[in-house]
Amino acid sequence: MPHEIHDRRAVQALSDAGAQVVEVLPRDEFEEDHLPGAIHIPLSAIETEARRLLDPSRPVVVYCWDTA
Amino acid sequence: MDGKLDWLAAGLPTEGTNAERPRAADVARADVPTCRLDEQVERVRERVRAAGWDACVVVNDERVVLGLLRQEELERPEGRIEQVMRPGPSTFRPHVAIQDLAHFMVAHDLPTSPITSSDGRLIGVLRREDAIHVAHQQHASEREREHDAARHDPRLGGGEQG
Repeated sequence: MPHEIHDRRAVQALSDAGAQVVEVLPRDEFEEDHLPGAIHIPLSAIETEARRLLDPSRPVVVYCWDTA
Repeated sequence: MDGKLDWLAAGLPTEGTNAERPRAADVARADVPTCRLDEQVERVRERVRAAGWDACVVVNDERVVLGLLRQEELERPEGRIEQVMRPGPSTFRPHVAIQDLAHFMVAHDLPTSPITSSDGRLIGVLRREDAIHVAHQQHASEREREHDAARHDPRLGGGEQG
């Protein structure tokens, strides 16, 4: 069940525990800076690529630039 | 987490091409003297000078930045810090590129700038001369890399001959 996470320590803990961290920003922004170990799936491709690139048995954390 | 911006602003590690470029937190000095609102400027001045500094950051118990004392404020003959400090100084986040900050500090004549996390806690103080020095080093290093790449690129007349 999806839910929002606002605590970056929780993101770190989930990532350390094996969660897949996904950035949905355009490629140039991902290449400049991304969270350690993040997978890049741009928002425009999320429906087609998520099943191919992500392991459905592990949690997924998705982030963009900010909450606005 | 409130997005990548929040992660960067907290000074947490990242990967990517920008990760190798110096940022504010890499150059800021964490040993900057700090003081509290209720101290006397005479005492603070002695402490700051003994530490070899000409600036002091006013913080609360959680190290949240409340004000700044530069040379001008430190030279006040007397008074409580809250009366003489520069309140609410401009602060910068740790992920800001040092080249951008160096330009900004020169353009706005800022000798020192506090670097704070997204919740306002002091990380350190960036001195303008440090920012300019590192920005020049980075610029020279990038120029050298571009020059090397051009020398080895046959499309630009470089590369192995034979």
